This record gives sequence, structure tokens and C-alpha cells, in this order.
Amino acid sequence: MRAVIAEDSVLLRIGLVKVLEMAGFEVAAETGDAEGLLRAVEEHRPNLALVDVRMPPGFTDEGVRAALMIRQQWPDTAVLLLSQYVEERYAADLLATQTGGIGYLLKQRVADVEEFVDALRRVASGGTALDPQVVAQLLLRRGGGPDPLERLTPREREVLALMAEGRSNAGIAAELVVSESAVAKHINNIFAKLDLPIADGDHRRVLAVLRFLDGGPA
Amino acid sequence: MATPGPLRRAYDWTAAHAPWSAWAWRNTALVVAAVPVAVPAVLALAYTFSNPGHILKTLGFVLLLNPLLTRLQRSRFWSLTGLDIPKIPWARPWYRWGGLIPRLRAESTWRQYGYHLVVSPLAAVGGALVVLGWATGAACAFVYSWVWALPLSVRPTGWTGDYVAFTILGVLLLIAMPWCAALVAALDGRAAAVLLGPNRAKELERRVEDLAESRADILDAADLERRRIERDLHDGAQQRLVSLAMNLGIARATLTDLPPEARAVIDEAHREAKEAIEELSNLVRGLHPAVLEDRGLDAAISGIAARAPFPVELTVDLAERPSPTVEAVAYFVVSETLANVAKHARATRCSVQVRRRAQLLTITVGDNGVGGADPAGGTGLLGLRKRVGSVDGTIRINSPHGGPTVITVELPCGL
Repeated sequence: MRAVIAEDSVLLRIGLVKVLEMAGFEVAAETGDAEGLLRAVEEHRPNLALVDVRMPPGFTDEGVRAALMIRQQWPDTAVLLLSQYVEERYAADLLATQTGGIGYLLKQRVADVEEFVDALRRVASGGTALDPQVVAQLLLRRGGGPDPLERLTPREREVLALMAEGRSNAGIAAELVVSESAVAKHINNIFAKLDLPIADGDHRRVLAVLRFLDGGPA
Repeated sequence: MATPGPLRRAYDWTAAHAPWSAWAWRNTALVVAAVPVAVPAVLALAYTFSNPGHILKTLGFVLLLNPLLTRLQRSRFWSLTGLDIPKIPWARPWYRWGGLIPRLRAESTWRQYGYHLVVSPLAAVGGALVVLGWATGAACAFVYSWVWALPLSVRPTGWTGDYVAFTILGVLLLIAMPWCAALVAALDGRAAAVLLGPNRAKELERRVEDLAESRADILDAADLERRRIERDLHDGAQQRLVSLAMNLGIARATLTDLPPEARAVIDEAHREAKEAIEELSNLVRGLHPAVLEDRGLDAAISGIAARAPFPVELTVDLAERPSPTVEAVAYFVVSETLANVAKHARATRCSVQVRRRAQLLTITVGDNGVGGADPAGGTGLLGLRKRVGSVDGTIRINSPHGGPTVITVELPCGL
């Protein structure tokens, strides 16, 4: 699998290259700004772009805008955004069109190398990786009207939050220290309580997460 | 030191007010100096009386001399009696573009004009009379010393009663003259202080304006400094720490064949590096987080609300962003109150509302905790009050024992 990196801090870039190589990626290009990133993606068509949100010249949301363009023009390239802080609007923008192949993590998470490697692989293979902080902030913004989520037990909400972060059943089981079959049971309860149609499991999963995030499509 | 006796005090008082005392001569000098400065106004007045048709020209002439005359009068009072009449502060000299019109419209100019046209000639008359008084007094008091020099034809006859009366009259006049000079000087000084200086209310108003402006500057500077520190920490220490933690994480993940002791050391170092990152980001969040500068209050507040250890119901309604200073205070208010709720209230939920109506930003933080928040006690609420006060905001704390607590902060944001 191939990856490109857009990160303006040289120090972090060096570390990220090491982690990507450790995770089995071949780093095709490194760049320090959004323009360079778009050129690199066009040239190398990587599986994954690892992108810093704040980059020159404006140091605001260059990375997010580049990520949206990449997802639109080169859907085969997954994007994992790294940010100094969480702006849930960025996450909402990113998740508006697709929920796969997208990641949004706080920069400091790269310190947990193993988990970060998991997130890299998950996103590159079409999954999602949302920072717990992103999920918490998105959760704040729902409100008004009867909420189907109110029907969930605290445990089911925990499971749903971890699903939203992009974890697999095994990952959720490890995090909550329960068996995988218990997780599966919780997930089925969630599907039932949220009135989600019986269909392909992954699709229902995405719908549940969307419901969770913004009361999205029923 | 013993208190001086009554005799001694009477002597001192007399010496201080004698015709030869410094006091007498300072006042005399002041009133005498009023005479030459009044010459233009006196001439103008005299000319007006003889040619009433030219009244505008002559009055205009005095008005033209207004700055010069005011300066002369100020230095007369300052150098002779130490009376300091403050200057009227003008943004530009009168001969520059935009300097003349404000002067003509200012009431201070017309007060000064009144002084030069009315008080100054009167003071000059007073001065002249004082000079005359001194001269007459001296002439009479010392009549014996010079009367012999007069030719016999004009010398008053007889050496007796008349001359004694002259002498007594002269001495009385000399004793009285310091008081006359003091009276004229006092009246002149009073009039000058009122008419030549700045208006007291206006002066205070201007001072308040200056202070408000300089306070705003200081707040801005402090905010700028906080942002700079945040930026430095983020670009420097934080990046290095993240990089360090990442390298330790790589070591931990790849060096699997190390002895357990070495692995434990790496684990420990990795954990500490991550804790340092967490501490540093908490510190930065308390200062002035980048998200506040980049994305505004909404994003910054939802960040702290999501981090709270209880559910927070958040409503932010901002049509436009307030000034950076007000934003920083509002952010501080929310972060500080949420921290207080977490620390003291034992609440299970909390609501935060931020609304802007016209020029007022209202922040309401409510919780369902135990209440009893004391506005006077606790450094948290005190710091909050100070920070809110720094932008002329108000804070209301309603926290009965048993709860619930509602804190309402209003920040004016139209400056």
C-alpha cells in the first residue's frame, strides 16, 4: 500500500514516515502544503493520504479542503486528517458524503503508535477512524425532538460511540473488556432500537453511526 | 521641639506679611506683570470705543492673539506664583490642516478669549493701582527724607502736623499694599484657573476616555501575548514531545526482543511523554487555544463542553464574531465555570448557552448540582469576576443551597 504525507512540521513528518513504514506502507511522497499534496495524490494515486489540517499558507483549514477535494476526485485514496484541535464542522463536512475511507484524529494520538497504526490500516482499507473527542463533540450538537438514542442503555451508547470511532467488533470488545459475542448482541439491540432495516451488516453499521452522529437519515 | 510662644508666632506672621516679605513681592510682581500682557487687549478695547464700526476687526485681532496671550498668562502664573494652569491638549497645532476648526468650536477657546478681553484689562488696572499704591505709600512714608530737596517755592510750608500725617498715612499704605496685591493676584488667579485651563468635567471625561483606551490596549496586548505563548508552545515544545512520544512508541512496538527491564523503561518513558503532551495541551487550552483564534467561540466552547465529565447541553447563537478580547473572556468564562461545576457542584448535567443580541454577549451556565457557590469565596469565581470586569461585563450568580446553580455573564461587545 502506498501513502503520501502532508505535514508542515518537519519533525513530525519524519516520525510519521517511520510509523507509516512500520505499518507496511510505502511512502510515495512527503509535502508541507495542500497544493503539494494534491499534486502528489494526482501523481502517485496512493491508497492513503495522511494530512495535517493546518498548513501553509493560511494555517487554517487547508488540509480539510484538500481532503474534500481528494475524496471527490480520487475516491480510491483514503484520507486521514490530523488536527491540533477538533472542529466538529470539519468532521461533519467530511462525513457528509461518505463515511468510509475517512479519518479525523487529534495530532497527539500519533503517540499511541499501535492504535495509530490500526487507524491507518482501517482508513486505508475503507473504514473510518474518528477521534473520541470528535465523537463527543458531535454528540453535543444533537438535541431537540424525541431522540431514538434515548432508548439506548448507557452500555449500548458506549458501543455505538466506539462504532462511530470506526472500531471493529473485536476492537470494541477489547476496549470494553467484554466478549465479542456480547458486543454483537449490543449491536443488534442498537439496530433494533434505532429501527434500522435489516440489510447488509456494514451498511446498517454506517447508518447507526450516522444516526448517532447527527440524527441523520432514518 | 517646643511650640513657639504667642509672641513668637505673632512676630513670624508679621514678618511673613510685611511689605518687604517675599509673599508681598511675588504678588506685586504678578499683578505688575499683568500690565504689559494686557496691552493688546486694552489697545483693542480703546480702539473699539473710538471706532465702533471696526469692532469685528479689533475683536478678531484679540482672538488671533489668543494662543500667544494664553501662553504668556500661563507662564506668568507659573513662574511668579507656581500656579500651574494645565494646557488644553490639541491633536494638531492651530496652523496645521484640521487644527483651527476644532479650536474655534471649543468652548475652552472662548473662555480664554473672555479672560483676555475682560479679566486681563481689569487685572492690568489692578496692577497699575498697586504700583501707584506702592509709590504713594513710599513717597508719603519717607516724606522727611526728600521734602528738604524741593525748592522752597513748592515745598509745603511748615514741618509739623502735615508731614507727620503724611508719614503715618504712607506707612499704613505700605502695610496695606501687600494685601491689596494679594487680593488682586488671588482674584486674577482664580479667574485664570477657571477660564484659561481645561474644563474640569471635560478633563475628567477625556481622562476616562484615555483610560478606557489604554485599558483596552493592555487587554489586547495580554491576549496577543497569550496567543504568542500558545503558538510558541505548539510549534516548539508540543511538536517535540509528540515526536518524542512517537519515537518511543515505535521503539515499544518494534523492539520486542529486548529484556523485560528495558521494555519496562521504554513503556514508562512512553507513558510519561504522553502525559507531558496531555499536560501541555491542558495548559495551552487554559491560555488561548488556537481553535478560538481560527474557528471562533462556537468550536472552542464545544471542545471544552465535550471534554466535561458530565453531559453538557450546548447552544451557541452568534451571528458575528465578537472582538478577540471579548471572545477570549467568553471562552475563559465557559472553561472556568465548567471546571468549577466539575470540581464542586456534583452535577449530573449542565447547560451552556451563548447568545449575542445586538451588542451584548450573554453566557448562561446552569447545572443541577448542589448549589451554594459563594461569589466572594474561592479564587475561581473571583478570577472570573475580575476577567469579566476587565471588559466592563457583569456576572450574576444564583446558587441557593441545594441547587440548582445558574451563572449569567453579560459582556458588551460593541466597541
